[in-house]
Amino acid sequence: AMDTDLSSQDRKDLDKFIKFFALKTVQVIVQARLGEKICTRSSSSPTGSDWFNLAIKDIPEVTHEAKKALAGQLPAVGRSMCVEISLKTSEGDSMELEIWCLEMNEKCDKEIKVSYTVYNRLSLLLKSLLAITRVTPAYRLSRKQGHEYVILYRIYFGEVQLSGLGEGFQTVRVGTVGTPVGTITLSCAYRINLAFMSTRQFERTPPIMGIIIDHFVDRPYPSSSPLHPCNYRAGEDSGAVYPSVEDSQEVCTTSFSTSPPSQCVFTVTKAHFQTPPPVVTDTLKVPVMGLAFSHQLSSSRLSYQPAALGVGSADMGYPVLFAGGLNAAHPHQLIAPGKEGGVPPVPSQPAHGTQADQERMCTPLDGVHYSAATPSSSEDTETVSNSSEGKCGSPHDLLETIFVRKVGAFVNKPINQVTMANLDIPFAMFAPKNVELEDNDPMVNPPDSPEAESPLQGSLHSEGSSGSSTGNTHDDFVMIDFKPAFSKDDILPMDLGTFYREFQNPPQLSSLSIDIGAQSMAEDLDSLPEKLAVHEKNVKEFDAFVETLQ
Amino acid sequence: PLSARCCAPPGAAPAMNCRAEVLEVSVEGRQVEEAMLAVLHTVLLHRSTGKFHYKKEGTYSIGTVGTQDVDCDFIDFAYVRVSSEELDRALRKAVGEFKDALRGSGSDGMGQISLEFYQKKKSRWPFSDECIPWELWTIKVNVVNLANEQERQICREKVGEKLCEKIINIVEVMNRHEYLPKMPTQSEVDNVFDTSLKDVQPYLYKISYQITDSLGTSVTTTMRRLIKDTLAL
Repeated sequence: AMDTDLSSQDRKDLDKFIKFFALKTVQVIVQARLGEKICTRSSSSPTGSDWFNLAIKDIPEVTHEAKKALAGQLPAVGRSMCVEISLKTSEGDSMELEIWCLEMNEKCDKEIKVSYTVYNRLSLLLKSLLAITRVTPAYRLSRKQGHEYVILYRIYFGEVQLSGLGEGFQTVRVGTVGTPVGTITLSCAYRINLAFMSTRQFERTPPIMGIIIDHFVDRPYPSSSPLHPCNYRAGEDSGAVYPSVEDSQEVCTTSFSTSPPSQCVFTVTKAHFQTPPPVVTDTLKVPVMGLAFSHQLSSSRLSYQPAALGVGSADMGYPVLFAGGLNAAHPHQLIAPGKEGGVPPVPSQPAHGTQADQERMCTPLDGVHYSAATPSSSEDTETVSNSSEGKCGSPHDLLETIFVRKVGAFVNKPINQVTMANLDIPFAMFAPKNVELEDNDPMVNPPDSPEAESPLQGSLHSEGSSGSSTGNTHDDFVMIDFKPAFSKDDILPMDLGTFYREFQNPPQLSSLSIDIGAQSMAEDLDSLPEKLAVHEKNVKEFDAFVETLQ
Repeated sequence: PLSARCCAPPGAAPAMNCRAEVLEVSVEGRQVEEAMLAVLHTVLLHRSTGKFHYKKEGTYSIGTVGTQDVDCDFIDFAYVRVSSEELDRALRKAVGEFKDALRGSGSDGMGQISLEFYQKKKSRWPFSDECIPWELWTIKVNVVNLANEQERQICREKVGEKLCEKIINIVEVMNRHEYLPKMPTQSEVDNVFDTSLKDVQPYLYKISYQITDSLGTSVTTTMRRLIKDTLAL
C-alpha cells in the first residue's frame, strides 16, 4: 500500500525504528541464550544511545551478523527476519530449538503516531521479548550449556522455515505493533519435544558419574562459512574488525512533547554512518557461548570461569548459577563443568579408535582475529591462536583435537564406543549408522513422558509409560521392565531402580584397552630415564626425608 | 505502598474502565515469595519507564531502563526484572507481608495479592484526591503442603512451568495495547507516575492483599477446623 499519508520524515523515522528494533531483537534473543544472567543498569539521564529507552547491550558480532543477514533491507511482507536457535552436542549432533520471527504483515494503522506511539510500543515489545525469552524451554537448556552441548544462533532473512523444529512445535506470540506501513509481529516457534529432553536428561547421560568432557571441538562447517565465536567481552573494542559496527553507535535522542496532542520532537543524530557493503546472506551458525570455541578449551582454564565472561557492561558480574535445587535432587547428576567452577583437565592422550570424521577437522580458528579488550581474554585469544596453530599441524595433532570423553579419572573412552554402548544419550538417532536406536530405554525418558509424535521424539521416548523396552541389540537379553525389590515406582528417577539402570553399563577401563595401555606404557618407559635422572639429582633430599621418618 | 490508600479498600470492584486480570497459582509455602515477585516484577517491567526529564517547550526526554535476570531458588524458574533496587525492595516488602499473613493463624493457605495501577485526580478542598484505577492484577495463591522430597521436586518443576504460562499470559495482556494514561505534562506527572524512585518510573501503583479466612469459606474447611480443634484437646 502506498503510504502517501506518511510524511517523509515520519517514514524515515519509522524505517529507522524498525531497523534498530530488529537489531535489538536479535541482541535480546542471542544474549538470552548465552547461558549467563544478563544485567544492565538503569540510568535516569538518557545517554542517547539506548534505543527504545532500554539498556540492551550490543554485542558487535551479533550486530554484524544481523546486518549481514538483513543486507540493508527491512522486514516486510514475505520478508521476515528470523533468528534460529539450535543446540549442538559435543558429538556434533545438532537440533533446532527455536525460530524467533520478526514479521511484517499488511495491516496498516494509518492513524498511529510514529515517533511517539510506535516508538513506545516497540519499547514495550522489547520488554515482552526480554520476558518471553526466559520462559521457553531453550532458556533453561542454554543456561546449562557448556561441555556437553552449546547453543548456536543463525540469522536469516526471507521466508520463515519451521520444518526443522519437528512435529508439534508450539508458538508463542511476543507481541505486535501496528504502524502506518504494516503491523510488526514478533513470535517464537519452539520445539516441544525438547521440553521433555530437559536439562535433567542431559545431565543423566551418559549415566556415569563424574564425566568430564574436556575437549570439545566444533567444526561443523569446514568449507564455507567461518565459525564466529561470540567474543563479546567489552565488545565495543572490536570495531577494528567490523567497520559497519560504527553505525550502531548512532545515537537516538528522543524528546517527547506533551503539548497539543502528542506532538513529537524526535531527533536522531549519528556519530558515524557507514552503509555496510551488501553481503551474500550466509547461513552461518554461530556459537552462542561465552567462550571462543574449541581449542581454547585445551589451553585456557580461564575460559571456564563464568565470572570472567562479561556481557559487555562492567555491571555484569553475576556468577552463572541456576536454580541450585535442580541439582540437589539428582544425586547421580553429572557435574556441569564450568558452571560450578570446575575446570576440565587437559587431556594427555589422543583419542584412539575414533573415526577421523571429516566434520571434525580443525580449521584455523577465525576467532583468532577476535581481539578481546580485557586482559584475561586477550590471554585466551593468544592461547587460542597458539593452540590452533599447534593443533592443525599434523594428522597426529588432528586426532588430539577430536572429542575425547574421559569417564571417571582414568578412563578414556573412544567416541564410537561411547555412542554405541551409551544408547541413552539424546540424539542417539544421529549416532553412526551401525547403532541401533533403542527406543524404549527408560533411561532416556522418564516413564511418565507423554506420547511422542515426531520421529525424533519417537526415538527418544518410550511409547508406553511402563518403561518397557523392545530390546537393545547390544544387550544379551531384553529388559521388559525393571522393578527392583523395595523400590518405589518411578515418579522421579531417584531410587534404586534408577541407580541400577544408570550404573549397569559401566564403560571399560582404559587400562584394559590394549591400545591405550600400550601407548601409555610406551610413554612411561620413555620418560623413565628422565625421571631417574631427576631423582638421582635429589637423592640427598630423599635420604634426609627418610631420616626424618625414622 | 501497602498502607497508603486513597480510594476503595482492596477487594472492592474495580472502577468501570479498569481492566482486571486474575492469575492463579498453587505453590508450596517456601515458593510464595519468589512466585509473587516473578509475576509482580514482570508486570512492572512492562509498566515502568525511564525517568522523565522535562525540558522547555513542554518536551521531555526519557531515561533508560536496565533489566536483569533473577533466578529462583525454590522454583525451576527465572525471570527478568527492572534494574532498580528501590523497586525490588518495595515489592519484596509487600510480598513478605503477604507471605507472613498467609502463614499466620486463621489462614488456610489461600489468599490473593493485588497490584493496582491508578491515576490521581486532584479534587478541590475539602475533598481528597481521587484514585482511579485503570489496571488491576490479582494473583490468587493456594499454598499446598507436600509430604516428601519427591513431591517437592515435582512441585519445583510444575510451578516453574506454571509461571512460564503466567508470564506468557501477562505478555498477552500487555500486547493488547489497551488503555494507558496519557503522557502527562510536568505538572501532572505525579498523578500518573511514581516519581519517587531515582532510576526508574513506574506508573502509580499500589499493592494490597487479602487472606481467605478459613472460617466460613466452605463447609469442609469449617469441618476440618472443628475436628482439628477437637483433637487439640
